[in-house]
Amino acid sequence: MFKRAETKDISGCAVVGIMNEKGKTIRGDVITSAIAVMHERSNGLGGGFAAYGIYPEFKDYYAFHIMFEDEGVKDSVETFLQDSMVVVKSEAIPIRKKMSLANTPILWRYFLEVPKSKIPAGFSEEDFIVSVVMRINTRFNGAFIFSSGKNMGIFKGLGYPEDVSRFFRLEEYEAYLWTAHGRFPTNTPGWWGGAHPFGLLDWAVVHNGEISSYGINKRYLEMFGYECTLMTDTEVIVYMLDLLLRKHNLPQDIALTALAPPFWKEIDEMDKNKKEAMTALRMVYGSALLNGPFSIIISSTSSMIGMTDRIMLRPLVVARKQDTVYMSSEESAIREVCQDPDEVWSPQGGEPVYARLEERA
Amino acid sequence: MRMMPPEFMVKISDSCIKCKRCINECSFGALRFENDRVVADHDKCAACHRCTAFCPAHAITVEKFPAIFKDNYLWSQDVLKSLWKQSESGAKILTGAGNDKPYPVFWDKMLLDACQVTNPSIDPLREPMELRTYLGKKPDKLEFWQDKKGDIKLTTVMEPQIKLETPIIFAGMSYGAVSLNVQLILAGAARELGTIMNTGEGGLPQELSEYKDHIVVQCASGRFGINLSYLNSCAAIEIKIGQGAKPGIGGHLPGEKVTEEISRTRRIPSGTDAISPAPHHDIYSIEDLRQLIYALKEATRYKKPVGVKIAAVHNVAAIASGVVRAGADMITIDGFRGGTGAAPQVIRDHVGIPIELALARVDEQLRREGIRHMASIIASGGIRQSADVLKAIALGADAVAIGTAALVSMGCHLCQKCHTGLCAWGIATQKPELIKRLNVEEGIKRLVNMIKAWNLEIKEILGALGVNSIESLRGSRERLRGVDMDEVYLDVLGIKPAGR
Ligand code: SF4
Ligand code: SF4
Repeated sequence: MFKRAETKDISGCAVVGIMNEKGKTIRGDVITSAIAVMHERSNGLGGGFAAYGIYPEFKDYYAFHIMFEDEGVKDSVETFLQDSMVVVKSEAIPIRKKMSLANTPILWRYFLEVPKSKIPAGFSEEDFIVSVVMRINTRFNGAFIFSSGKNMGIFKGLGYPEDVSRFFRLEEYEAYLWTAHGRFPTNTPGWWGGAHPFGLLDWAVVHNGEISSYGINKRYLEMFGYECTLMTDTEVIVYMLDLLLRKHNLPQDIALTALAPPFWKEIDEMDKNKKEAMTALRMVYGSALLNGPFSIIISSTSSMIGMTDRIMLRPLVVARKQDTVYMSSEESAIREVCQDPDEVWSPQGGEPVYARLEERA
Repeated sequence: MRMMPPEFMVKISDSCIKCKRCINECSFGALRFENDRVVADHDKCAACHRCTAFCPAHAITVEKFPAIFKDNYLWSQDVLKSLWKQSESGAKILTGAGNDKPYPVFWDKMLLDACQVTNPSIDPLREPMELRTYLGKKPDKLEFWQDKKGDIKLTTVMEPQIKLETPIIFAGMSYGAVSLNVQLILAGAARELGTIMNTGEGGLPQELSEYKDHIVVQCASGRFGINLSYLNSCAAIEIKIGQGAKPGIGGHLPGEKVTEEISRTRRIPSGTDAISPAPHHDIYSIEDLRQLIYALKEATRYKKPVGVKIAAVHNVAAIASGVVRAGADMITIDGFRGGTGAAPQVIRDHVGIPIELALARVDEQLRREGIRHMASIIASGGIRQSADVLKAIALGADAVAIGTAALVSMGCHLCQKCHTGLCAWGIATQKPELIKRLNVEEGIKRLVNMIKAWNLEIKEILGALGVNSIESLRGSRERLRGVDMDEVYLDVLGIKPAGR
């Protein structure tokens, strides 16, 4: 069950995202009906969701969703968690008991507080969390943390996305931002952790495509201590964002541009400042360029961003209805849950589209 | 006492029209006119094929001399000949060009990937395909400043870089080892292609000054021709520590080759031997190298990248790491198949390691130490074709340098007689009557054509790989597979076997 991929993951997919920029919550069944429309783009070997704003009463604690192969490894991970943090609450993730999905692992969630004294010198709190996640995911055989942000959660498993949603009883959750993923893997064994979204801290990524530059993207990340063990593009994208945004502190637009930068001939035509910035960006972050077909939806507490590769080899449609922004592989999914959007468009290749949470007064 | 049969046999058929052109063309003096016919002295023939190319009647063929010895795998004819040569002369055997022994060529044991179904390939005729490459030290990350309007300005100060429109540059070949015309061709082609040539260690001939933005000047152990104006008449400076064809030894240009012009560019008296000592006598350790790197940076006010060229030897990865930490902005790794104007045969054929393995180890070591961005890696020594370039880049090179391949485009037939100074194709010679055989305009055109063809082939493969920019292949060893190699070599190269 916990046999991870040994060869590169190859899959086609469907992605959807819905966000209310005013922070009004939406029930989980809405996104479920949207992704269910694209049933044909998945093959039942992976579905998943990310939801933001779902744990308001625990919003100051890191919410870890962990899958375990057996009680033994669960015990050792729990001991490790207790040693490195304070476990505020620990409970089974609610599931629909009557439903059975193949290879279901033990699914547990923990709300955790990080005491200052546990953080090693030179580490930020987030660095510390990342190191705990990396450690558990690479060193504890049979345990996998699939969600590690605050006031958000990832739910995923083996099955069509609509089945995964029912299994996790997502209609009972309310979130202002949802993303969903249906998967069509061609070569990975049925492993729950291999489903998407993939997340780290409060970042979650759903992705459709195959990145032809995977080899160098992975080696580049390894230079900065990231261990890519899942052999999936999504993992690489999440770590890349973590590196560019959190560790290198790049402005958001710049970080996204590094993933799908303009062509040299466009850069050559830019005005002096921009040309200088873009030239340096390509020189320094050439190994971060995601080359090959992709459309992704990147979500975090404050935003939802949609983007395709620079020559748009995979589809992405964006729509808006008042304060709600929709992004999807196919327009049909949007129309299913929003009959008459105010506007619908396809962004340019490599151009990020943002939905941002308004600061609450 | 004569012991060995000639290596080649020159046959002149009845269709010879007795124009005597071949006699003029043969710079090795192997042909003469006697008794109303062309007669060959087989012993002198170098198999340079100048005569066959120029014979209007196609009357000349050059063959291997059919001397059959008793089969002996251990005591090959090459070995016997060397022993006889040494018994005659009492001297070490000198040779030119690169190692010709049948060591494994790892380029030919690696295969590239292509896209099928799950990710589309890209048509290079329809979509942009980018080969642009910048050589020089990069920061590990960038900082920006965003004003209120959202406009972005780079605040990181970038080190000087060399902009290349193709990841192929020309390797160092000195004036003295090659003719001025060769350097003019390299410089002219570099300018047209948006790349760079390297003057080697023989100084900068004045005729090259108009190409200075496309020139890398060398600072080698002989320190020939170095002064402030030399250091500032270039795009970059390279400290030459070693050369793949002859690691660990210096160079020796005999006095008879030090003509008036060469004496001027090397700044030594004409007719005297030009000696490059084996080590730089001011570099006996890595700290000394650091001092020279920074002395050169000071002299050029930190406006030019300073590179270091080393030969691929056993411990190359650790040495490269030291060189990068010493402050080099670029590091050229020259494999054991690299060419030379003259080298002792024993060194050329038995010292150093293959560039493929050296490159893979250096890139991996620098990554492991987190200093890969601090210097660009240039791989050289036996790069023959666009496929080799692609494989080198996938292993981790920023660019490759070619020497022999460029000379072949100008007419070199790899006869390996460069050290004699008699090159019939006007390449490795200082004889005016031979140099003028190499037409500069035509040479530029041929070399530009060859690199343009390589560029097209590189773009074709990038498209098949589904990427539209060379940096997405750079270091992407996932796109290489090995055939016919054992696990140890796969591990050193950091690639998987075909089928996995
Ligand atoms: S040395 Fe060259 S030109 Fe002279 S005979 Fe031999 S092949 Fe012909
Ligand atoms: S440069 Fe001239 S002498 Fe040297 S191998 Fe080539 S053709 Fe022969």
